[in-house]
Amino acid sequence: MKITYREAMRQALHDALAADPRVFLMGEDVGKYGGSYAVSKGFVEEFGPDRIRDTPLSELGFVGAGIGAAIGGMRPIVEVMTVNFSLLALDQIVNTAALYRHMSGGQFSVPVVIRMATGAGRQLAAQHSHSLESWYASVPGITVLAPATVDDARGMLAPALADPDPVVIFEHALLYNFEGELTDAWRTADIRSAKTLRAGRDLTLIAYGGTVWKALEAAVQLAAEGIEAEVVDLRVLRPLDDAAIMDSVRRTHRALIVDEGWRTGSLAGEIMARIMEQAFYDLDAPVARVCSEEVPIPYAKHLEDAALPQVPKIVAAARTLAGKGAAA
Amino acid sequence: MTTHKPVGLPDDVALKLLTDMVRIRRFEERCADLYGQMKIRGFLHLYIGEEAVAVGAVHALAAGDNIVATYREHGHALARGVSANAVMAEMYGKQEGCSRGRGGSMHIFDAATRLYGGNAIVGGGLPLAVGLALADRMQGSRRVTAVFFGEGAVAEGAFHESMNLAALWHLPVAFFCENNFYAMGTALVRSESQTDLCVKAAAFKVPAVRVDGMDVVAVHEAARVAVEQVRAQGGPCFVEFQTYRYRAHSMFDPDLYRNKDEVEEWKRRGPIHNLTGRLKAEGRLTEERFLEIDAAALREVESAVAFAEAGTWEPVEHLLHDVHTGGAP
Repeated sequence: MKITYREAMRQALHDALAADPRVFLMGEDVGKYGGSYAVSKGFVEEFGPDRIRDTPLSELGFVGAGIGAAIGGMRPIVEVMTVNFSLLALDQIVNTAALYRHMSGGQFSVPVVIRMATGAGRQLAAQHSHSLESWYASVPGITVLAPATVDDARGMLAPALADPDPVVIFEHALLYNFEGELTDAWRTADIRSAKTLRAGRDLTLIAYGGTVWKALEAAVQLAAEGIEAEVVDLRVLRPLDDAAIMDSVRRTHRALIVDEGWRTGSLAGEIMARIMEQAFYDLDAPVARVCSEEVPIPYAKHLEDAALPQVPKIVAAARTLAGKGAAA
Repeated sequence: MTTHKPVGLPDDVALKLLTDMVRIRRFEERCADLYGQMKIRGFLHLYIGEEAVAVGAVHALAAGDNIVATYREHGHALARGVSANAVMAEMYGKQEGCSRGRGGSMHIFDAATRLYGGNAIVGGGLPLAVGLALADRMQGSRRVTAVFFGEGAVAEGAFHESMNLAALWHLPVAFFCENNFYAMGTALVRSESQTDLCVKAAAFKVPAVRVDGMDVVAVHEAARVAVEQVRAQGGPCFVEFQTYRYRAHSMFDPDLYRNKDEVEEWKRRGPIHNLTGRLKAEGRLTEERFLEIDAAALREVESAVAFAEAGTWEPVEHLLHDVHTGGAP
């Protein structure tokens, strides 16, 4: 069955709200407006304003309240409109949610789920377009997810809610309208493993969120040139599934990471370091990466396109990595 | 010449308040010694001078109520009934401490008495308290969440956001502001355009009252009324307790920003001295009884020190335990 990413997420939220009275959704415009990305359209009529709770523009306050409600026995799903706005709530997410269990000597768990849109590509300019997943993925105590497929949009929320600790879910804004085939795999989605979306013997493309689809498209083009690229969808950004990454790299001996975050301090950099630590002697070439340019994402379409990882850049980097040179 | 204000509380309640203030005073004086001996390390923020606030307010709460406190929270923990042993062992960093030695002085947690920290980000506990109250409201509980914070926290966005959320959603939060007039070294008048904190609460339509925080009887009565009102009506309240810390902000603070006369002036209003004098004037306390209370507090503290000394270090192999529930994934 074909379904949009938005619809998959909507169904996941609906299931969660219907299944457990402790679950509630809170955030800016999740209720009367129907969600800034229309994910929760119609929910307030069905579940009421207590469980589909519109909040003021107080990211620090309402994310902190979600964390407190989780400690108090509820299972809140807090929606932050975009990762860019989540910086206003960073204190509560990092200094409270992530640390709470350890610094209390294990006395309290924080079963909160925080969802936020991320990524560029819609000409929303510098303050609505960044990918800061790596910031969150560097913090012990939280699990960080990046569903890229409709199966994962449908399936990852339930295990995230079942997790007794904080989980942050990144939804790439360009994916909401994306349509994909929903398979039964969503019913067994986990929040620990990476997944190989395409098999290949020549090199491994490692991607997450919005770049997964660019990597898959690049793989199709590379196949036409006789380069068989394997595509690994990370799915989980913390903890990283080292075993899946190394398993693929040990077979292909070449790895290219595609990451919409800025290069410096990127998740791509962390993955490269891990490959070097764990699979250095299996490599036939230095690990490569395609990241966003180190610039605030600009408004003008041609400049925005140039700032982001794009299929031609991925293909070119893959060719070089595979030893096929830059020619085509 | 001030007129005598009757204590007006039954003997057992009045003596309990006095006893807890003395316990906290003796506990913290010993902490200062132990800091000098390098038994306690890190930051140590003493509550000496402010005891009436924690004691009066905490005893106005029911056992099932929630408490969210700051990094100056030894007094709240002791008044709440967390054992001096567990708090002292935490100061030592021993695994017998209430937070297994992971938190130290600034992160005293105790699930059994519903003490939710020990939060060392100024204002950080306020959204947490709103969330605890929201959970209680949604689960049909009659519990009240009391959140303590200093006057410095009113400059944080977290204060304004939390007051608004609690008022907007009509949540059972008692906002207990411990105004000791200095945010570390910055006086209230040097950091706020509006120094009347109750006016700030009024801006959110939260009922507010200002109380002499050096008078444990006044604190207890104001907190009791506030908590009753929150429990009965559901919505939040704000109480400003005007108090003073006799010691520096932390053990690292040279205390150069205050006038010595000002400190001495506040010491004359000392909370223990205040209550003791009144109870004696009412013929309800003898010097002999007071000395017994003091001696018992000293014994309790020495016993806590012995407990902490005999405590053990958490094995380093446990370092990653409880980053996640059930171990690191």
